[in-house]
Amino acid sequence: MTSLNDIRKILDNPDPRLTEQLAQQSAALTRQYFGRTIALYAPVYLSNYCSSHCTYCGFHSKNNIKRARLTPEQTEKEMRTLAQTGIENVLLLTGESYKATPVSYLKEAVVIAKKYFTGISIEVYPMEVQEYRELFEAGVDGVTVYQETYLRERYKEVHLEGKKSDYDYRYGTPERAGQAGVRQISIGILLGLSDDVAQDLHLLYEHLQFMEKNYPGVEYSVSFPRIRTIKGREFALSLVDDAAFIKIICLTRIHFPRVGINLSTRERPEIRDRAIHLGVTKMSAGSSTAVGGYEILEKTQQEPQFDISDHRSLNEIIAMLKTQNFDPVLTDWRPINNK
Amino acid sequence: MQNTISQIQDPLTIAGETFTSRFLLGTGKFKNKKDLADSIESSGSQIVTVALRRIDIETHEDNILQYIPKNIKLMVNTSGARNAKEAIRIAHLAKETTLSNWIKIEVINDSKYLLPDNVETIKATATLAAEGFVVLPYMSPDLYAARELVKAGASAVMPLGSLIGSNQGLKAKEFIRILIDEIDLPVIVDAGIGAPSQAAEAMEMGADAVLANTAVATAQNPALLAKAFRQAVEAGRLGYLSGLPSQKSDAHASSPLTGFLYEK
Repeated sequence: MTSLNDIRKILDNPDPRLTEQLAQQSAALTRQYFGRTIALYAPVYLSNYCSSHCTYCGFHSKNNIKRARLTPEQTEKEMRTLAQTGIENVLLLTGESYKATPVSYLKEAVVIAKKYFTGISIEVYPMEVQEYRELFEAGVDGVTVYQETYLRERYKEVHLEGKKSDYDYRYGTPERAGQAGVRQISIGILLGLSDDVAQDLHLLYEHLQFMEKNYPGVEYSVSFPRIRTIKGREFALSLVDDAAFIKIICLTRIHFPRVGINLSTRERPEIRDRAIHLGVTKMSAGSSTAVGGYEILEKTQQEPQFDISDHRSLNEIIAMLKTQNFDPVLTDWRPINNK
Repeated sequence: MQNTISQIQDPLTIAGETFTSRFLLGTGKFKNKKDLADSIESSGSQIVTVALRRIDIETHEDNILQYIPKNIKLMVNTSGARNAKEAIRIAHLAKETTLSNWIKIEVINDSKYLLPDNVETIKATATLAAEGFVVLPYMSPDLYAARELVKAGASAVMPLGSLIGSNQGLKAKEFIRILIDEIDLPVIVDAGIGAPSQAAEAMEMGADAVLANTAVATAQNPALLAKAFRQAVEAGRLGYLSGLPSQKSDAHASSPLTGFLYEK
């Protein structure tokens, strides 16, 4: 693995020739291992109740926003509407509230999702092995859990209260999901939180290497969401510019040729449309980041977790991919009984 | 008398079915379905593999199966299976979905190297062959595992040439040669074949067929490379049939050192 020092040097080097060189190498590896395909998915926000206080998040417990949790009927309606757009891979999200959205609630949502989607992932609160096992058996294929920042001190500063403030418990979450038999695990860093991106990246690579070695059967992917403006943000950001962002994607691809790299609608179309050539293999499309955002609530009533920058519909994204000579992959899994 | 080339009848027989083409094409990673259809055509392949996970039965307009001509044998692979149990489930779904009972068993429990798990592959092969599937297992070229696959009822064995998607060619050449010598089933070299010359090399050595996917799908002009593979596989096969001098490892006709013992 590239040393921390070298990662730092690469990220700090402003020479465009270096960026281009990384991009060429990353692009070639991506084509070799993923071909000209981009997997597509969309999120469904089930609830924004949250008992953690993460200073950067729109859903945090101290933020005075309208709280909502979909009922099973509303969940079904949301999912049906999303599925009608053509989405087949869904990411189910909640805030970090075990109380408002217990495992039994999630399980019910998964059972509904199975009717409409071929691939189901969850991005909720960290759980115990047995709980992941239960959800895996109910039909969950993937677990997404970001450490947000691997820098312990910074982590403490931005996660003030609630279960999420326990760094080690969160760090061990991908491992617990792996132990439960989950097929896909997605980890990542929230860029903008820490002012030492090189170190964050280096620690993420260590985490991923540890997971690959100990849970080799899992398909891994990584994500580098960049912080967006949110209501109630309480701290200064260390913004990552586009060149650094692209270098982070390329470096990651060079280190992990077969790992999926995911890009959400937080990113602007002009970045998304170019990043697919460089190393990204997976993107969300036609997304709403608000509870009930597809069907249930009027736009004016919605409280999004973050503002999205790419408002194109799934069909528009598919058309863009085809124009750029990519095969948009809607289905990449056929659910089998996980019991 | 030597056969003239036109007289050579040299079909590939798998599970009682015969094929004139010895080049199998995988269908993943193509940038669009037209490239795929063109490549299938120019490859001359009579057997193509499709991952069940990529068959989108709901979407009829862009369903991959629509791009595979009806006269071509469809072999579904169990991509995504991490153990025998999952491979068996995927095979059952595949049969329901495509009505084809030809299955390429692919059990991979390592996302870094994507090496097949021979032990789980043998288990899945035994179960599915007993159920009446025509089973072609993808495997690491190991003689004992290949023998177990024969016993388990496989219809061919598919050893990897090198790591899947690596385009590294025949890194496992000497181990594949052992399978060719010792296993009576067709030996189809699968994975890692990145150039027509590497496919020819496998065929000259006596492999019964070659499967390629990544190299074709990611080429600038996939259909052209598919055609090159077709011709390389044919050339390699003819080379093998010709009794290449370089392939003779034993049984030389003349005995310069000991012939005198038997002279009359």
